[in-house]
Amino acid sequence: MKKTKILTATLLVAIIGLITVAADHIDAPAVSGTKADITDFYAFQGEDTNNIAFVANVQGLLAPSATSTASFDENVMVEFNIDTNNDNVEDLVIQAIPRDGKMYFFGPYAPSSTGLNSTINENAIKSEVSITPYGSSAIVANQNGMKFFAGPRDDPFFMDFAQYGEIIGGNASGFNNPGSDTFAGSNVMSIVVEVPKSQIGTSGTINTWVEAKTKQ
Amino acid sequence: MKFNKIKYIAFLTLSLLIMSCSDDSDTTIQIETDFSGTFVQKDQMGRPAVNTVFVSSSSKDEFNTTIPSQQSAMFQSMFQTNLTALSPAFANSGDKNALGQDAAAFTGLLATDVLNVSLDGTTTFFDGTNVLTGRALADDVITVELLLIFGGEDFTENPSLSDDNVSANDKPFLTSFPYLASPW
Repeated sequence: MKKTKILTATLLVAIIGLITVAADHIDAPAVSGTKADITDFYAFQGEDTNNIAFVANVQGLLAPSATSTASFDENVMVEFNIDTNNDNVEDLVIQAIPRDGKMYFFGPYAPSSTGLNSTINENAIKSEVSITPYGSSAIVANQNGMKFFAGPRDDPFFMDFAQYGEIIGGNASGFNNPGSDTFAGSNVMSIVVEVPKSQIGTSGTINTWVEAKTKQ
Repeated sequence: MKFNKIKYIAFLTLSLLIMSCSDDSDTTIQIETDFSGTFVQKDQMGRPAVNTVFVSSSSKDEFNTTIPSQQSAMFQSMFQTNLTALSPAFANSGDKNALGQDAAAFTGLLATDVLNVSLDGTTTFFDGTNVLTGRALADDVITVELLLIFGGEDFTENPSLSDDNVSANDKPFLTSFPYLASPW
């Protein structure tokens, strides 16, 4: 039993080592292979066009066999940052942090301080959703005028990253046609929040980015 | 081992007794969920593939822990050096991409790694008309970036480098929340 586990772990590390990957997947040594490794970030108008949906994905390249045991880390906070006055400093945050099978959300609210270190203001708007287990249909919470989801999903990113690596490595002169999606058949851990536009600005353009922060 | 078990059972029995005795109290013991502490930044992302493509290997962690308002000052020149080294479409001075940006202007935009999102309508990385008004799930962001990096002034340069020929996800997206497809 233990031997099998160790073997599986070793094999997994070896496979991850072989496939070096992109959008933001495995982008830097300090986060690669950790539960704080952001793979992707999306922001788009929702099905209800009064809303914006934010998607943060972490833990890339989960094989289906590894997805049932994959989990969010209770020491990792995922923070959506929203700049409403174009100075690239966050005016509002939405913080997501898992506790005991649920993902808790705080915000959107104005943080008391900006930048690399964050705390959670428990007096901010608080919402929660049960983390959807692998194999179950998506559990969605509607709270405080927002929608929430957390759990495993198909990795929405697509790219022939392997061939890009060959080109950068000097082993190929161009992409293949058709290309091959390096991310096909793999999963990620997703956090999706849909927020009324009225809660994150009025009109015009906002600047947004996502951060993974670990408890000190 | 066995003694511990006995102790445990004894303790459990005692606890149950005490609990059943204290029926005069209607206050339930609430276990407060703990959200305390300071959370320190490890990774960040605005636009896709920026750190992967434009930041030199030794600086990738530093880029992830530099706040966006300081990124341009710290990284724009590195981005420009890496762009001109990477792409023949920016090899000569005066070269531009299809947005009319030269190497300095293009990397000046990218070095501040935030995703611009319009609150007024279409949200897309690029759909032929709208540029950088968001990022939708189905946007072929990599081909857009490859075109802007390698495609030159009119998207026709270096055709073998400016499209990875993977244009859609391997599973269809949902029209309703949570939009992402169920896992494999």
